[in-house]
Formats: sequence, structure tokens, C-alpha cells
Amino acid sequence: MTSRRAIKWDEALLPAAMALAVALVVGDLLIMSFGASPKAVFGMLVEGTWGNPYGIGQTLYKTTTLICTGLAVALPLRAGLFNIGAESQLAAGGFLAAVVGLWLPFGTPWIVAAPICMVAALVAGGAVGAVPGALKARFGSSEVIVTIMLNFVVLALLNWIVANHLHIPESLHTPEIHAGAVPRIAELSTTFRGSAANVMLFVSIAVAAAAWWFLFRTRAGYELRAVGLQPDAAENGGVKLGRTWFRALMMGGALAGLGGVNYVLGYKHYYEEGFGTGAGFLGIAVALVGRNHPIGVIFAALLFATLSQGGLAVNAVVPKQMMDVLTAVVILAVAVSVPEVRRVLRDMVNGRGSATA
Amino acid sequence: MIALAIFAQVIRIAVPYLFAAAGGVLSERSGIIALTLEGFLLIGAFAAALGTLYSNNNPWVGVLCGIVAGAALAAVYAVATIRFKADQVVSAIALNLFVAGACAFFLRLAFDSSANSPRVSAIGDGAGTGILASLENPLVWGALLVLPGVWWLLYRTPFGLRVRAVGEHPQAATSLGISVPRVRYIAVILSGAVTGLGGVYLAFDQHKFTDGMTAGRGFIAIAAVIFGRWEPGRAAIACALFAAAETAQIRLQGTPMIPSQFIEMIPYVLTIVALAGLVGRSRAPAALGRADG
Repeated sequence: MTSRRAIKWDEALLPAAMALAVALVVGDLLIMSFGASPKAVFGMLVEGTWGNPYGIGQTLYKTTTLICTGLAVALPLRAGLFNIGAESQLAAGGFLAAVVGLWLPFGTPWIVAAPICMVAALVAGGAVGAVPGALKARFGSSEVIVTIMLNFVVLALLNWIVANHLHIPESLHTPEIHAGAVPRIAELSTTFRGSAANVMLFVSIAVAAAAWWFLFRTRAGYELRAVGLQPDAAENGGVKLGRTWFRALMMGGALAGLGGVNYVLGYKHYYEEGFGTGAGFLGIAVALVGRNHPIGVIFAALLFATLSQGGLAVNAVVPKQMMDVLTAVVILAVAVSVPEVRRVLRDMVNGRGSATA
Repeated sequence: MIALAIFAQVIRIAVPYLFAAAGGVLSERSGIIALTLEGFLLIGAFAAALGTLYSNNNPWVGVLCGIVAGAALAAVYAVATIRFKADQVVSAIALNLFVAGACAFFLRLAFDSSANSPRVSAIGDGAGTGILASLENPLVWGALLVLPGVWWLLYRTPFGLRVRAVGEHPQAATSLGISVPRVRYIAVILSGAVTGLGGVYLAFDQHKFTDGMTAGRGFIAIAAVIFGRWEPGRAAIACALFAAAETAQIRLQGTPMIPSQFIEMIPYVLTIVALAGLVGRSRAPAALGRADG
């Protein structure tokens, strides 16, 4: 039994390790193409992220959003569904949180106001996620295409509302919220002064824990995973496919929506057009490298937040888009090596099995 | 005359959609998801600018580079998804991100700019503007002929029959002695080359490469493929429809009639509606996106 457990760990960790090794080589080549020294640039990357309190704070701030969007992709993937809509679900969540924050009276204590705004974000993201969920359940429509198309529709709609009804003149953002701003970590401990990391970090970790509990300790979570592994078998076992699909995509949307709160309540205190650009797509990378496991998602979010913040740290020497290339290389390498590693490990197990038989 | 000007503008906007939709139909009918169109377009545009500028402004070198770059990227996608059976959606998203990042990176390396390349001379330069000038441009003719060409390929050639067989029922195709991977490799690489031409036109149309210049056009092309029910003819009509909507949006800008954001949504909303089966069932090739077979 121990060997099977070891195989499980190998299967989870090997692709990520291989991907990082490939990314390191590609990164070296890119840096050298710019005539810079890889050692110096990677040194800057580490120094700018984990080398000082401000960098740590900024990295943790980005981690917070990525935990939410990573879970938003990972949870539906457990049901065998791709949520490519985290990009617009995040924006919708941030938008409704800002609207509710504007509607609440001035002086409402944050401990009351923030949860109300978070519920608004969950509802807005969940509503956007419910659309592909309902279409999948009712008509079998491809959730991949619907979520991609819905991204454009929802973002255009939000832009229209903000541009015509809610923005401050000469800007692309709403007025500052009246209530609901959550404390930054810098206010609790002065070491992180100036960085955007805020209380939402702990909320997102708690949400990851809740997602783990849902997936592995509840009946609905069990059904969701069963549908992802063997839809026909699950259906024969009495699980309603449509309902499970709908639930998975709606929950995914709600989780992405919560990610919008990090920016709106924790950082700028207003909704701005394009505030979360890219975070939704990075969620796909986070879920993939985190192997769709809530704990894995937290670590993968740390990795990609480091790359993203590190890009800003090295931008003076090499373009920050190098990190997009490396992120893409990591995703592709994991996607390629997962089936390959699984096959090789299976062969090893089978080989061993026949040898002992 | 204004009608002709509008017609010319619709064609101009439709050209990249037509090339990309042709690539999309080809790839998806063979069973491989075409979410990479955005990346094929962007790398085609970048390679066209690069090739033209490094050959003393010979645009034909740019055309060749755009085709080769699109095909090369498609080859990477094909190897990942066919040889290694990597998930198609994930690989496609990764490749789009790769191209976006790599183009910005090498833009700064080659031209020391984070925004755009120097001026690129294009095919059809000096012919003026308007409908006559665009008819002198071979790329425009290519775009008008590419979807009929794909129709002919799919329905009138043995290779097309194989593509359709592989996309609908790979096991049956295998049992008839067709090499499923080989047909898919050819279809996907061809799709990259054709879509790359759409990118070439984009770069030539603006006489430069701009960071992120495709701006979601690859996804509009996918919308056209789906809204066109994976049929070349219908996809061409969808491209024309979406291009007409975009022309209307540009022409109506500043007038308070319909907010431009709502016209922007048209292709995407129509695609969602089509997928819900509200305007006739839109059915994907049966083996689309499946690694097995």
C-alpha cells in the first residue's frame, strides 16, 4: 500500500518539478538573449519578491487573488468542467462588492460591512458562473466556449455601466466605497508597510480549507468528484449530472467573484475597469499546477504570484513579459507531462505487479 | 459611394476573421479544438513585421514568415495534444499566453520598444484606399477564397473525407487504415499556416506590429466557426455578419443610438445562443477535444 501512496505523490509532484526545470532553462535562454546574466536577474527576482517586507506583502496580495481564481477553476475541473470564465466572474464580484460598498452608509464598521460586500461578490460571481452551468445542464452546451464568450459579454456590460453611470469623470473607476474596506496586514504589523496584502489573504486560505472540506468530506463534494471521474457510473449510481454540473460551475463563479474583493475592499477601495486582467487566466495555471487540490492551489498561487511580482522586479533589465512566457511554459510542460508521467508510473506498477505474480 | 466605402470597410475588417475561421474549421473538423487561433494570428502578425523589416522592406518575405510562424506554432500545439495527449484547452491557453508574452519580449529585444514596431511596408502599398485598392490586394482575394477552398478540400478531396472521418469517428477511421494522428497533424499545421496569413494582413493593414494587436479577433473567429456550425459556407457568412456589426459600431461611434459595448457583444451573444440550440442545433464534430482515437 505504501508504494501506491508514493505513486500518488509522484504523480502529483513530478510534472510540476519537471515543468519548473524546463521553465528555468527557458528563462536562462531568454535572459541571455538580452545579454544579461541569468544569475543576476533571478537574484533580482528573489530579492524583489521574498527579499524584503514590501515584496513579500505584494506577492501575498497577488497570491490572495490567485487562490480564489485557482479554486474557481479547480472545483469545476473536479467535476470534469473547464471554467475559463474566472476573468469576468472576478470582475463581476469586484463590481458588485463596490456597488454595495457605495450603497452602505458611511461609518459602517468593516467587520459588518466587509462580509456583506463579500456576499455580494459571491452572488455576482456565482450568477455569472450559473449561466454556463444552466446551459450545460439544460442543453449540454460546451462550458469552455460559453465561459469564454461570456467573458467578453460581461466585461463589455460592466464597462458600459461604469462608463455611463458610475465613474468619476476623467477616470475609469467608480467613487470610493463608503464602507467595507478591510484592514491591510501593514496596519496589524508595521513590517509590511506600503504593501497591498490584506485580511482577504486569511479569508482566501479559509475558503481553500472550506473547499477541501466540501470536496472530500461532504456528500455533494463526493458526487461532484464522481461525476468528474466517471459521469456514466455516477449517473447510474443516482447522481443527477445536470444538477452537479450547475452546482460546480456556479460555485466556481462565486469563488472567482470573491477574488475581486481583494482589490476592491483590500487595496484601492473602488472598482476599476480591467483591475483583474489576467488573474482569471492565471487561475487555470494555478489549478493545473496545484493538481485541482485546494492545498495544492495555495502553493501554486504562491508560485505564480512570485513570478508575476518578480516580473515587475526585473522589468528594468528584461521585459516583464518574460514571466508570461515562463508561465506558459510551465502550463504546457505540466499539460504534456501529466498523461506521460501517469502512463510511465502505471507501467511501472503493472510491471512490478506481473513480476511478483 | 458611401455604400462602397462601407462595403470596403466590412471586407477590411472581415479579412483576418475569414483566414482564422478557415483555420478554425479545418482544425476542429479534424477533432482538435481551435482555441489557439488568437495565438496563430498574433504570431503571424509579428513574424510578418519582423520578416519585412529584416529583408529591406520586402513584404513577400513577411508573408512567408507569417505563414511559417503560424505553422510552426501549430506544430507545437499538434505535438503536445496529439503525440503527448495533453489537454487541448489547457495547451491552447498556454500557447496563446506564450505568444502574447514572447511577442512583447522580442518586440523590445528587436526594436527596443514595448508598444510597436517601426513602420512596415505592405503588399498593395501605393494603391490608395477604398474598394478598388483592396481588390488589388492579393491577401484580400486570398481571404475571400479561403473558406470556399476549405469547403472544396473538406467535401471534394480524399484528404477532406479523411479529416471529417477522423473528427467524427476516429476509431472507424483507424479501422479503415487511416492514420488518425497523421491526418490531424496535417489539418492542425495547415490551420496554423492559414490563420497566420490573417495575422499578416493585420500587420500590413496597420503598417506595423502593435503589442496585443489581435485584440480577441481569434475568439471572434471561433465564434464564427461555432455560429457557422463548423460549415465553411456558414462560417463565411458569420464572419461577414460580425464584420458588418463591427463596421456599424465604428460608424455609429459618438452617436447616442446604441452604446458601442452592446454592438461589441453581438458575436459572443449569438454564439452562446447558438450553443443553447435556440437557432437550430449547433453540433460540434463528435470527437472534438478528445485525446483518444
